[in-house]
Amino acid sequence: MDAELLLKNEERAVFRLRELYRRHGYLPYKMSKFEEYDLYVRNKSFLVSDHILTFTDVDGKLMALKPDVTLSILKNSNSGKGLQKVYYHENVYRTSPTSHGYREIMQAGLECIGPLDGYAVGEVVMLAARSLETISEEYLLDLSHLGFVSGLLSPLSLSQETEAALLKAMGEKNVPALQQLGREHGLPEETVEALGRLALLYAPPAKALPVLEELAVTEGSREALRELQELWGLLEQYGLGDRLRLDFSIVNDMNYYSGVIFRGYLPGLASGVLSGGRYDNLLKKMGREGGAIGFAVYLDQLERFGAKSRDYDVDVLLLYDHSRTPAAVAAAANAVLASGKTVRVEQEIPDGLKYRELRDLRKEA
Amino acid sequence: MEMINIALPKGRLGEKVYRMFKAVGYECPSIEEENRKLVFENEKKGVRYFWVKPSDVAIYVERGAADIGVAGKDILLEYAPDIYELADLGIGKCRMCVAGRKEFYDEGSSTLRVATKFPRIARTYYSSISRDIDIIKLNGSIEIAPLLGLSDVIVDIVETGRTLLENGLEPKVDIVPISARLIANKVSYKFKNEPIRQLAQRISDWQPEEGKE
Repeated sequence: MDAELLLKNEERAVFRLRELYRRHGYLPYKMSKFEEYDLYVRNKSFLVSDHILTFTDVDGKLMALKPDVTLSILKNSNSGKGLQKVYYHENVYRTSPTSHGYREIMQAGLECIGPLDGYAVGEVVMLAARSLETISEEYLLDLSHLGFVSGLLSPLSLSQETEAALLKAMGEKNVPALQQLGREHGLPEETVEALGRLALLYAPPAKALPVLEELAVTEGSREALRELQELWGLLEQYGLGDRLRLDFSIVNDMNYYSGVIFRGYLPGLASGVLSGGRYDNLLKKMGREGGAIGFAVYLDQLERFGAKSRDYDVDVLLLYDHSRTPAAVAAAANAVLASGKTVRVEQEIPDGLKYRELRDLRKEA
Repeated sequence: MEMINIALPKGRLGEKVYRMFKAVGYECPSIEEENRKLVFENEKKGVRYFWVKPSDVAIYVERGAADIGVAGKDILLEYAPDIYELADLGIGKCRMCVAGRKEFYDEGSSTLRVATKFPRIARTYYSSISRDIDIIKLNGSIEIAPLLGLSDVIVDIVETGRTLLENGLEPKVDIVPISARLIANKVSYKFKNEPIRQLAQRISDWQPEEGKE
């Protein structure tokens, strides 16, 4: 019997992902379940959810159950020669707006920290795409570049609130709201139109990049476009062309992220299963040089992905009574197993057990 | 062809929305028949409609049970679902208002008691003007709260203002204009991009012959 059949969807995915990351030279990273609460307080808006499960350690220190893995890896990584390439498979504890409570979420992912260049960034995005590919061929990986939008906005020197409101409307692909904000704050019409076109853009890079060329009117956005073009060239070489989409409605906190960001989706799952990007600014905040890029796969989402429900708990229910010797029962059970079926041996039919076939030794001569 | 699942808000607004969808080419004859069915399909047009409680539309869409739907901006502001907002349909127009008894004057020295169905909207508005409030969440008949002294003011939807007037209340501040919005599930938008985009485009371009209402 195939061992993979016994595994749940998410468990199977973990095996394949670890193998994938290991083959590309990433090293496993194991961390403790807890972290000092302080680490998260200092970087609270980096976290996906505001809430953190805390407890007091025996020495009175306030500790937290990890709501995030990236911060721990960054904290414990050292800046040596070359890049640090690590992968992990951990549980994190978070709330989500829809779940009304804490949930344990299984994550697998990787981080690449150090002096990043075009190749390193491309490799991580490629691995993100391959991660999704190991789960389903029908994935989509959405790419964005924070520098493009901020390149368009920064010459206008907007207030933080206005910028946040614009980014929120971008995130909703809400063109009417963009136009209204433009009117309220007296933004140049070309910028508002460009933001609207960017927000609605959803296309493979080959189709989207020419549009971006038209929209890249500032130095910042041209720089971002150059990076995207370089990345696209590399990804095309990996043969990942048709599963990529450019989508500038993905927005992340610019205090932490910079450069390329991406999200992965599978058909039929209502929220993304992969999220990642470049977070040089977080590294800088922690007083470190260089760059960092990484992603996480939310394995808990896979529970429902393409899962077939079982119709039976067991193929054969074998019933016996004291008139049979244990050896005779064992022989009968072995016979069933030898035919490749699963068997449950009982004296009486257990409550709630679903079986395909009943074999009653009591009635057999 | 892959079907688009569309959640419509039960009631008068939903019927108006369906007529709009019909006018831009997404009709579904079975929905117009009187029957007890819950889900209506037109395979030729690739659409599947169903009616849900107006305040639930955003949940169906956010969770992906519906690919797109139509919900009031009030619901979107109150529940802040993670969805795309693709078009303003320009129907179901009204305002989110602060209202109170005509003679009520907020002199600002004590905590303001606010009765509302929309605690998040009320809290956001009052924190934007740094006013300390006590929220009283009610589920209906909000207008009665200031009359019985349960609250100082209410935050509620005002369409014509007639109900307020008949009860000796008046709108004090307009918080935000409300109208029906076309919303889409983020993942559906990606995997069913072409048909959803086309539908959203037709809806935003649609101009009624006899004026929008």
